[in-house]
Amino acid sequence: MSTPVATDPGLDVARIRADFPILEREIGTNPLVYLDSAATSQKPRAVVDAVDAYYATSNANVHRGVHTLGNEATDSFERARLRVAAFLDAPPEGLVFVRNTTEAINLVASSYAMQLLAPGDRIVVTVMEHHSNLVPWQLAAQRRGLQLAAIDIDEDGRLDLSTLDALLAAPTRLLAIGHQSNVLGTVNDIRAITERAHAAGALVCLDAAQSVPHMSVSARDLDCDFIAFSGHKMCGPMGIGVLWARPELLELMPPFLGGGSMISRVTLERSTWNTVPHKFEAGTPDVAGAVGLAAACDYIDAIGRDRIHAHEMSLTRHLLDVLDEVGDITIFGPRDLEARGGVVSFNLADVHAHDVGTILDRRGIAVRAGHHCAQPLMARYDVPSMARASVYLYTTHEEIDALGEGLGEVRRVFRV
Amino acid sequence: MALGYTPVDDDLYREIILDHYRNPRHHQAVDPADRVIEANNPLCGDEIDLSYRLDNGTVAAIGFMGRGCSISQASASMLCEAVTGMSVEGATSLAERFRAMLTGDGATPPDGDDIGDLEALRGVRAYPVRVKCATLVWNALLEGLAATPASPAPATRIEK
Repeated sequence: MSTPVATDPGLDVARIRADFPILEREIGTNPLVYLDSAATSQKPRAVVDAVDAYYATSNANVHRGVHTLGNEATDSFERARLRVAAFLDAPPEGLVFVRNTTEAINLVASSYAMQLLAPGDRIVVTVMEHHSNLVPWQLAAQRRGLQLAAIDIDEDGRLDLSTLDALLAAPTRLLAIGHQSNVLGTVNDIRAITERAHAAGALVCLDAAQSVPHMSVSARDLDCDFIAFSGHKMCGPMGIGVLWARPELLELMPPFLGGGSMISRVTLERSTWNTVPHKFEAGTPDVAGAVGLAAACDYIDAIGRDRIHAHEMSLTRHLLDVLDEVGDITIFGPRDLEARGGVVSFNLADVHAHDVGTILDRRGIAVRAGHHCAQPLMARYDVPSMARASVYLYTTHEEIDALGEGLGEVRRVFRV
Repeated sequence: MALGYTPVDDDLYREIILDHYRNPRHHQAVDPADRVIEANNPLCGDEIDLSYRLDNGTVAAIGFMGRGCSISQASASMLCEAVTGMSVEGATSLAERFRAMLTGDGATPPDGDDIGDLEALRGVRAYPVRVKCATLVWNALLEGLAATPASPAPATRIEK
């Protein structure tokens, strides 16, 4: 008896696209070609419906009162926490709902770096960080008298890890690093880097905004101490994000914002805090956002993150090939698919990225153009801006072809 | 899935704009200058340093440095060409009319208003996200002229 070989037919992209109402839109007279999912993903009907259903049937404030609706809302919120924690393969008591990745990192900068680090301690970042994983540490450093150092990249857009151990040595206490660069697409080997950080006595704060939507990310496996990501880049609503932290760290950290929900007992003189993670959730939370994010987790897992990743890698290979065919394109970041995700930044000859973006937009093609909230990285490459195409589960190979044709028009308009 | 596209007449990238972008006029700092204005668009990274010298109430010399998209750079080049030799009042009026052409509601300035080659930038109006690229250097000029008369003064920094 022979075992049949399992073959994955790949994603049924046409069927997936039918789940995303916005993909039916036209821009002018052209069908939308959305190649800006690294900025924000589009939302499937299932997520829009989950948010809608929450408001239509169960809306009430959470963690207050005794009435039935309040209980249902609280239940929805706490089930969302369990669902998202399971998606991250992380203990739920470490999962704090915030607005977005930026707020999550500011929470760590504020309640950990500014409170529990000592003047003179060092935080290490990398030159490829998004401003959201750089500026909060600059603020913490200024306010607390901390040092800041950065890991450089090599010409291929990969981290230069030759200096890592020296940078991680005392007085370094924290490494703040992105999982996947929002510009270069580089995927950093977080598990190995975290091992070295921990060996040197430093904690790791992971900006997972660009990785969680596109690959299986396991908190237990990566072993990071803080993980931040946003719902809106993973098919979820805008305005909901996640900080996951080791619960024992959340216990040590003082609150970020004060107010309702985060307290245990309040007198006119002083207060004590709620248990974690509630200690870090002051005020009425975005319950519908959390419910929508849980629905996004369900949607993604029903399709399968490994299959989504394989589809994106196939698109990325095609994207790199198409850009090569256009000619006169500078690609920033690794060519090796093993080292990157589905985010590709480039420039065409000496044409400014905004001009590229405008000409593509006239054909209905949405790409990102600018400094990508990574000005130090633009300076590292000595360019004012880059154009960026990024893919997701609903992207088709034909859309990548349309990008290639659009770039051909850029060449014609600018005669390059 | 149909991915055909409808060709668009190039109302934005006019010949004269591309020419100014490729061969910018007055692309140098004026030294000595009465004023140097740094204009930045932090949203997209356009950077222009505009410098000029006045003589008897007229723009005797003007130039710009910086980098950015074709629209911002061509607009700066065309500005320098247009206002050289103009009175402060004339340059201010031109800048206001130029801004009105791109940002005003209705058809101001009227189609008949003679702003010369600058007319070529009228097409930017149809691209709302690019209007700031075109007006960046004009805002810098207005900022500078508003402070006139100026003897050698510290650099003014504006962000739009």
